[in-house]
Parts: sequence; structure tokens; C-alpha cells
Amino acid sequence: MREWISEMWRAREILYFLAWRDVIIRYKQAALGVAWAVLQPLFTMLIFTFFFGRLAGIPSNGVPYPLFSFSALVLWMYFSVTLAHVGNSLVANSSLVTKIYFPRILLPAAAALGGLLDLLMSSLLLVGMLFYYHVTPHWTMLLTPVFVAQTVLLVLGLGMLLAALNVRYRDVKYTIPFLTQIGLFVTPIIYPVTFLPHRYQGWLALNPMTGVIEGFRACLFGGGVDWNVLACSWVVTLLLLLVGGLHFRLTERVFADVV
Amino acid sequence: MTPSISVENLSKRYELGALQEETQLRDQIVRLLRASFGKRRPREVVWALSDVSFTVEPGEVVGIIGRNGAGKSTLLKILSRITYPTSGRVKAQGRVAALLEVGAGFHEELTGRENIYLNGSIMGMRKREVDAKFEAIVEFSGLQRFIDTPIKRYSTGMRSRLGFAVAAHLEPDVLIVDEVLAVGDADFQKKCLSAMHELRGGGRTVLFVSHNMAAVENLCSRGIWLAQGKVQLDGPATKVIEAYMTSFASAENASTRLANVADRSGSGEMRFTRVEFRTTEGELQIVTRSGRSVVIRLHYHANEPIVRPNFALRLFTELGTLVTATSTWLHGLEIPLIPVGQGYVDLEIDSLNLMPGRYYLSLWLGSLNEQRVYDALDHAIYLDIEEAPIYGQSRRIDSRFGLVFFPQRWRLDGIGRSATLEVSRAADA
Repeated sequence: MREWISEMWRAREILYFLAWRDVIIRYKQAALGVAWAVLQPLFTMLIFTFFFGRLAGIPSNGVPYPLFSFSALVLWMYFSVTLAHVGNSLVANSSLVTKIYFPRILLPAAAALGGLLDLLMSSLLLVGMLFYYHVTPHWTMLLTPVFVAQTVLLVLGLGMLLAALNVRYRDVKYTIPFLTQIGLFVTPIIYPVTFLPHRYQGWLALNPMTGVIEGFRACLFGGGVDWNVLACSWVVTLLLLLVGGLHFRLTERVFADVV
Repeated sequence: MTPSISVENLSKRYELGALQEETQLRDQIVRLLRASFGKRRPREVVWALSDVSFTVEPGEVVGIIGRNGAGKSTLLKILSRITYPTSGRVKAQGRVAALLEVGAGFHEELTGRENIYLNGSIMGMRKREVDAKFEAIVEFSGLQRFIDTPIKRYSTGMRSRLGFAVAAHLEPDVLIVDEVLAVGDADFQKKCLSAMHELRGGGRTVLFVSHNMAAVENLCSRGIWLAQGKVQLDGPATKVIEAYMTSFASAENASTRLANVADRSGSGEMRFTRVEFRTTEGELQIVTRSGRSVVIRLHYHANEPIVRPNFALRLFTELGTLVTATSTWLHGLEIPLIPVGQGYVDLEIDSLNLMPGRYYLSLWLGSLNEQRVYDALDHAIYLDIEEAPIYGQSRRIDSRFGLVFFPQRWRLDGIGRSATLEVSRAADA
């Protein structure tokens, strides 16, 4: 037990270096650098606002549509981009996995942490937009980190499962973008949950990102929140974390042989 | 004393073909369907290691030798916890560092400096440790000028240098090294070896895989020879290496019948019938090593009494260069008469100061009285000379260093005192 604790203690620095490496590599030789972290959600928001807000007239619960969609995109972009990184983390680092021993869990964990820089950048823009649209500050805004944390756990849980499967089945690599593309539409990003007919709303709650985004928006803009949706979202998140973690523990012994 | 490493009944199974077949989910589904219809293709199973057991005491330096595919790398991978055994147990005391590939874990886009921190950390160094040793690592690598260049612009040799520089500063309790000497130039190899010498001096346990027998013999006190996943021999390094080399050479070559060789000249009153390589104790010598002794025994058969014969032997390189020629006449030996029948003469060589490689022997049997040749065989047999630490060093010495070497020493008395110290340190490698 003492050995395990000291190993994890040492691992904290490896985790830091791996996350640091992921961040550096992403923006090295990119002329715009970290600006990309802001540009992507910004332009997505502009397009959504034009097509869905203006042309299609999708309601946004009284919040200006750009703010409505951007607040969701901040978390969704982190979720979808980072999930792909986490899912590929073992395969992309196969030279490490087959040549050096270190706790394997650090690779998906570092990828999940590395994405937080992008999230921070786009959050700054979100804060700017809150000021621009004169959103009244409210104490519930202090609760937003809870939903950020939940997104990280979700990415980690789902990511560990996908990363371990990816070691054996390369299909996973193609599945992840496909999955997140569908996710964009079955998550209330471009529309509020109430936009859907009532009988579909229950199904939507099974998607853990629904609770995350609804909760995040409620913290920012006030308004009611469906506690059942939030509870369901946490249950699914923790379940994925448990399943992902256990599956990872069970399969990590063969990573080096299979990858 | 608790052993530094203990390995108990270690086995590792690999399933051949399993990898390609199963990497697509689709194939898994097909397989599942097939299985439910009762058609299942049996998989080919390979035991990379089977029932390997040994213990290593702290401070021991163990060389692991064996042919390709003998299970050396699998063993090292299990010891360094990269992969897991199918059955059996492994225990290692203290910090274990494995250097299975120089520069493993380097990232192309990162600079040398960044990679030192990343690699050092992954291999188990604390950031504070890397900070403290950074200068030493850079100096060891000799890459001061390029330390802030992304390593994608490095040559392979530069990468190896950086990788070994980090590893050499790990200060582990157990160091596992796989064939690092196969890469890099002579200068770099020298540095690696001197670093390993230091580790040995520091009382660390080292497990070392190499095909460089001279390095293994010089660095390691003990050798473990793996063959087909099993421990073939475990004992003093020199003994194990000699046994291993013996397994390569066929015993047939130590004794070659010449009676039926058609490609020969001479009048035939007397013929060579057999050539043997023997040890000074008279045993057949299956492996002949650089700088060691050999006895060449020439058997003959005389069909009629031969007056004053002359036995001669010439040694050629593979390319046909004459290395040396010798004969009984050159040594001033007079053989008055050889009676009808069989016999032999021995040529004893105390130290065969030839570089490792294959050499050919030509045999000649003539008369001192008249210009007669009874028997002559050109390049009749070959003699493989295996490497050995001829100057007592680990450096691999082969045909790049010429054909021969002499019993010799360098004297540095003529250099100033402080310079002498520097030189002797460099020569330590």
C-alpha cells in the first residue's frame, strides 16, 4: 500500500509533464497558437447564431442566442475535442507504452487535463460576452466549476473505456468523431430541452452532457433546472467513470503486447 | 540478504496471428458467429519464456545472452513491468529503470531540453532531480549547442546520445539495459560503457542484454544464457559465453576429414587425412577465441617411407590475404624418416593474435631433399576466431581494427601529471 501511494505521488509529476507536453505539442508551429482554442467555438457560435438563431428562429429561453449557444459550446468543444485525444492517448503514445513503465492511467488523464487550457481560453471569451450582454451577476455563477469538473470526469470515464478498446480495436478511432457529431444534436446545444416534444425530453436526459449543459446554463443565466435531469446526468457520469476505470484496470496488463 | 531481483517460474505466452485477426470489431463479430457454429480456428501459441527462475543479488551485473527470439527482450520487458507474465512471479527491490530503447518516449516536436524533462520524469526522476542534473546530462550528451532545437532535427546518433545521457543519470537501484550498444558511433559506445562501469562500481544491480560478447564478458560477473525461452546456462560470464559460442560452432569443424578431399595436388606418397583444432589439454576445441591458444593437429598417412619431409601451413584471411606461413623447416626441425602408416604433428600456438573472423588454412607436405610435393590442399578448411576482450576492455574489436593485434601496452609517463589523470579516466571506458 505504501508503495502504491508513493508511486501515485511520483506519478503526479509525470501527469503534469505529460499534460504539459500535450499542450505544447498542440500549439507548436501553429502561427495563431492558443487563439485556436477561442476561434473554433467562436466561429461555430457565429454559424449557429445565423442558421439556427436567425433563420430557423430556435428559441433560447430569453437569453441572447449567441450567448445561449456559446455557453454550451465552451463545454461541448472541450468534451468532443478532448474525448478524441483521450480515446487516442494510448495508441498515439504506443512507443511509450511498449518501452517504458509508468502507470498507464496517466496517459488518458493527462490528455483530459491538457484540454483544460482550451477550455480556460474560451471561458475568458464567455466572460467577455457576459459583460457585453449585461448579464446580471448571480452567486450561482460560482457553481459553474462543478459542471466543468463533471465534464472532465465524463471525458475521463468515457475516454478510458474508448482508449482501452482502441488498443485492440482500431475501429474506435473512427467511432469517436462520429459519436461526437451525433452528440452535437442530441445535446441541448443549439436548442433548449424544452424545444423538444415532452416525450423525447426523458430520452435526452440519458445523455449525461444534457444535464451538464442545462446545469451550466442555469448557473449563468438563472432560471429553473430539472433536478431529475441533473441527477440522471451524475449517475451516468459516475457509472461511466466506474466502468471505464474498471475496464482499464482489467485490460492494462496487455496494452504493451497488443498496441 | 534479500535478492535484488527474484524471478520464479516465469512464463509468457504469445498467440500468433491473434493480433491481425482481432484488431477490427468486424472480425470479432465474424469470429463470434463462427464460434457459435462450432468452427473455431485453433491459434498458434508461442512460449516466449517458459519456467524461467533465477535470483540476482544486489550489486551483481548480469549479462543475458542468447540468439534472437530466445526470450531476452521479453524477460526484460517483464522485469521492467512493461508487460506481464502469463504465469510466475517477479520481484525487484528499489527503483528499477529500464532502458529498452535509447530515446524511447522522446517527442519529435519538443526540444532537447524539453525532452530531458519529459523523459526524465517518465523514467522516474523528480523535477528537482532533473533540475540538479540538467547540466551534467547535457554535458554527457555533448549536445550543448542543440539543446533548444526540436529533436526532429536531430540525427539518430544525437537522439541516442541524449537518451542515454538521461538514463545514465537516473541512479536506479536496478538498471535494465537492452542492446544500447548497437546504436551510435564508437565514441558514444565508449561513453555508454564507461557509464555502465560506473554503475557497476556504485554497487547497483545491472541486467544487460547485448550481442557484444566482449562487453558482456568484461562488464558482467555472471551470465545467463537463454535458449527458446528457457535458461540454458547460468554461471560465471566467461563460462556461459564460451558455452554459448560453442553452441554456434559445429563440433564437426573442430575435426575435419581430409582423406576424401578431391581438390588437392601432389604426388600422393603421403597424404593429410585429418585436421583437428585442440586445446592445450588435448580436448577438441570447438570455439577458438582471439588471443587464446590453439593446437592444430595434422594427421597424415604415409603409403611408403618418407625421408626428410616438411610440414607447412599457411593462414589466409577470407579475402585471401596471407596472414602467416609456417613450416617445420622454418623452425629448423629435421624429420629423418617417416615410416609407413599413420601419425600426426601438432602446431601449438600460444596466443592467436588475430582479430575475430573467418580464416582459411592451406596445408602443404613436401620433401626437403628434392623439390617434391606429396600433398597440397589450398584453403582446405576454415577456422572461425571468435571475439574476446583482448585488451581487457569491453569495446568490440573486430576487423575494423586490422588483422592482428600484439601483446602491448601504452606508457603515458612522458605526459604531465594532471594530463595523465585525464587520459587514464578516458581510457577507463
